Amino acid sequence: MSAGKIDPMEQFKVEPVLGRHLDLFGYDVSFTNSALFMIVVFVLLAVFMAGGLKRQLVPGRWQVAAEDAVSFIDNMVTVNIGSGGKKFAPYIFSLFFFILFANLIGVLPLAILPGLHTFAVTSHITVTAVLAFLSFGIVLVVGFATHGLKFFSLFVPHGAPAWLMPVIIPVEFVSFMVRPFSLGLRLFVAMTAGHILLEVFGSFVVQGLNAGGALGPVVSVLSFVMIVGVSALELLVCAIQAYVFALLTSLYLHDAVHLH
Amino acid sequence: MDHTSAMYIGAGLAAIGVGLAALGVGNVFGSFLEGALRNPGAADGQQGRLFIGFAASELLGLIAFVVAILILFVVK
Repeated sequence: MSAGKIDPMEQFKVEPVLGRHLDLFGYDVSFTNSALFMIVVFVLLAVFMAGGLKRQLVPGRWQVAAEDAVSFIDNMVTVNIGSGGKKFAPYIFSLFFFILFANLIGVLPLAILPGLHTFAVTSHITVTAVLAFLSFGIVLVVGFATHGLKFFSLFVPHGAPAWLMPVIIPVEFVSFMVRPFSLGLRLFVAMTAGHILLEVFGSFVVQGLNAGGALGPVVSVLSFVMIVGVSALELLVCAIQAYVFALLTSLYLHDAVHLH
Repeated sequence: MDHTSAMYIGAGLAAIGVGLAALGVGNVFGSFLEGALRNPGAADGQQGRLFIGFAASELLGLIAFVVAILILFVVK
């Protein structure tokens, strides 16, 4: 990156909020902006649910919103996991809404206020990979707890001829082991790519205004229109990625509960 | 060709995969719409499968993007 350009990767920097690094046994345990925004997501989610749990006979708008959120997840779980899926609904619910809120807070354009820079928690693979491995761990625990060693029959598809087994079993095994990586990577890359795109067009606006001349403002205006469009697309991507994460987790849980 | 230009060319080549994944994603939604218009009653029940197909084809494009980013920012 040469001087004068705006580095699109700078927005993903994890920094201590108070500007101080705390050291514990050689590890950096300072309170970072990532941790801060995870807490913000948690508080918003808790407030949203607490406000909807009034259990009035004639529900208000807030209660309807909370009930719709719960029944949306409930429906996803019953359709995709099938019988015995209800007990995973709280986990899928937490997963979906944590990711959704984190994604949406990440694209809030609050950075126009000086000093306030919203941080997309899900644009870091450390966060998404922990969520993905949590899902994968639950699949393993549930699978081995309900089926014991029969869980390995997951790698043997129904109706496949016996001579194909030496090929199919390794392929199925690899595709099973790749699941947590693809799950975490998808969310992380989709969010990172969107934020880089917004930052690049944002830097075009600034550079166009600085360049002056006849063409500079034209580039700025076109880039700004592009930012508006890409932001709308980003809102869609935020929702889709949260949905896909929850959907794939519930499908993997279906495998663990029912073995194909 | 010096190292830096080779890096940028490589990143550009890696980004071709993103466009190819766009074809795949478009194919998934296009085929879904084609089927859904023939039988709108069955469309809602297949939305889960639609997003599984979307996720699978989108992932490959995202991996191409990761490769481009790795070449640009990680490879020295």
